[in-house]
Amino acid sequence: MLRLESVSYRYAGAERASLRDIDLRLEYGEVLGVVGASEAGKTTLCLVASGLAPRAIRGTLTGRLLIDGIDVAGQRMHELTALVGVCFQDPATQLSGVNATVFEEVAFGPMNLGLPVEEVVERTTDSLAALRIGHLSERDPARLSGGQMQLVAIGGLLAMRPAHLVLDEPTAQLDPAGTSLVADALARLASGGSSILIAEQKTDLLARICDRVVALDHGGLRLSGQSRAVLADPSLQALGVEEPSIVRLRRLASEAGEDPARLEEEAP
Amino acid sequence: MARSGQPISEAAPLSGRLPTFLGNPGPSAFHRLNPLTKLVLATVTAVAAVVLGGIVGPAVLLLIAVAIPAAGAGVLGRLLRTSLLLSLPIAISALLVNLFFFPGGRDVLFQIGPITATREGLVFALEILARILAISGGITLFYLTTSPQALVTDLERRGVSPRLAFVASASVQTVPAMVERASTIVAAQRARGLDTEGGVVRRLRGLVPIVAPVIMGSIAEVEERSMALEARGFTRPGRRTLLWAPADTPVQRLARWLLIFCLAGLIVARSAGVLGPLP
Ligand SMILES: Nc1ncnc2c1ncn2[C@@H]1O[C@H](COP(=O)(O)OP(=O)(O)O)[C@@H](O)[C@H]1O
Ligand SMILES: [Mg+2]
Repeated sequence: MLRLESVSYRYAGAERASLRDIDLRLEYGEVLGVVGASEAGKTTLCLVASGLAPRAIRGTLTGRLLIDGIDVAGQRMHELTALVGVCFQDPATQLSGVNATVFEEVAFGPMNLGLPVEEVVERTTDSLAALRIGHLSERDPARLSGGQMQLVAIGGLLAMRPAHLVLDEPTAQLDPAGTSLVADALARLASGGSSILIAEQKTDLLARICDRVVALDHGGLRLSGQSRAVLADPSLQALGVEEPSIVRLRRLASEAGEDPARLEEEAP
Repeated sequence: MARSGQPISEAAPLSGRLPTFLGNPGPSAFHRLNPLTKLVLATVTAVAAVVLGGIVGPAVLLLIAVAIPAAGAGVLGRLLRTSLLLSLPIAISALLVNLFFFPGGRDVLFQIGPITATREGLVFALEILARILAISGGITLFYLTTSPQALVTDLERRGVSPRLAFVASASVQTVPAMVERASTIVAAQRARGLDTEGGVVRRLRGLVPIVAPVIMGSIAEVEERSMALEARGFTRPGRRTLLWAPADTPVQRLARWLLIFCLAGLIVARSAGVLGPLP
C-alpha cells in the first residue's frame, strides 16, 4: 500500500506550494485515478508519490510518503524502484536513447539493478508479453509510433517489478490509435491486479479502469470517492475536468426527457 | 576487466539464453572490429597526419587508414559526402587566406587587382587541406561504422563509468533532436510572421525567439530524461549487468598497441630531428 500523509510540496524557488495537505492511499490491486485541470498539481503528485520529488527535482516536502507502512524519506531513488515505478507523458523522454532494440530498452532497468543475466532476460520477456509487444523486440525504439513507444516505456517500468505503478498522463501525447493501444494495455494490467495511480485528462479511460478517483484543484484534493460517483459529480466540470462520454450521454438524455436507464442497457 | 573475470577477447553475447538479435555486429568485417580498435585507428590517423605534415604523409594515411577501409566497409560514398561537408568551410577559408595572403610568398601564380596568389601559399593551403581531410575522414569512418551503443557497452566493460559513457553518447544523440526542434520552432515562428530571412541584423534579431525555446526546451527535456533515468535505477552505484559486448581479439589488442607504439615512435623521431619534413 502506498500512502501520502498530509503531504505538501513546494518546488525550489516557487512562491506557493504546488500540493497542499494531500491525504491519499493506493491499496494493493487498486486503480486510483487523479483528475484536475492543467496546473492543478497532477504531475507534482506523481513526482511525490514516486519519490522523484524531492530526490531528483528540488523542493520542500512536508508530510510523509509511506510504502507498506514504512516512511521512505531516507531511501535513495534506486532503492525505491522496486516499490514504485513511474512513467511520464512524453514517451520520447522516457526512453534511454542508447539502446538499439526494444528488448534492450525494456531490459535497461533490470540491467541497472545489476541483476543476473538470466533474471534480466526473464523479466524483460515477461513484461514484453504482459503488454503484448513481444513482436517489437528487435525494433529500434526511436522508430516506433508514439503509442508503441509509450508501451515500451511502461514495459521498461514493469521490468523493474515495482509494487505500485504511477502513471502521469500516459496517453496525453498520443493520437487516438496510440491512446487505445495504451488504454487496452492498462486495462489488462488493472484487471490483472496491479496497483496503479494514474493521472489522466481522458476521463473515458479512467471510467474504464479505475476503482476510485480523486480530483485535484490548485494543489488541494477536492473530490474523492468511488470512480462512478466522482466521475458523475456535477462539480467536476467547474474543476476543469471533462465528464466521461457516458456521463454526458446520460445527462443529455435526462435533459431531453429520456430515461437515462435505457442508455445503461446499451453501455459497454 | 571483463565481467566476472572472463577474458575480454571472449566473443559476444555472454549467455546462451539471450535473443540472437542483440549486439548486431554490422555488415562488414570493418564494422565488426572492436569499437576501441576503430577509435584508436581514427585517433592515431588524425594525430599522425598532424605530426607528419606536408602533403604526402596525410595523403598516404588518408588512402591506407581511411579510404581503403571505408571502401571495404561499403561506406566510401557516405564517407566522402560527410567528411567533405565537415571540412569544406575550413578548407575553403584556409585556401583563400593562404593562397592570397601567405607571408613571404614570392612565386606569383596570378593576380587579381591588388592581391596576388603565390605558389608558396597554394602549397601551404594544400598541406592544411590534406591534414583536415585525414582528420575528418578518420573521425567520419569511425562514426559511420560504430553504433554508439557498441562503444558505450565496450567502454563500460573495460571499466569506464557507465554514467560517463552514457552521458557522452546521449548528448551526441541530442544534437539531431535539437536541430529538429529548432526547425519546428522556426516554422512555427515564421507562420506567426517572424522574419528569419532578409538582412543580417534582422536575421540575428529573428534568432532570439528561436534560440530561447530551443534551449529552454532542451533544459526541460534533459530534466525529464534524467528523472526517467533515475526512476529506472540508473543512479544506483555499482556494476550494471551487460547483456552482450562487442567482440575483441588478441590480434586487435596487439594492433592497437602497435598503432600507438608507431605513433609514439613517429612523434619521438620528429621531435628529435631524426625524421625530416616530408614534401
Ligand atoms: N519545476 C517546477 N518549478 C516550479 N513550479 C512548478 C514546477 N513544475 C510545476 N510547477 C507548478 O506547480 C503547479 C502544478 O503543476 P503540475 O503538477 O505540473 O500540474 P498538472 O500536471 O496538473 O498540469 C503549477 O502551478 C506549476 O506552475
Ligand atoms: Mg502534468
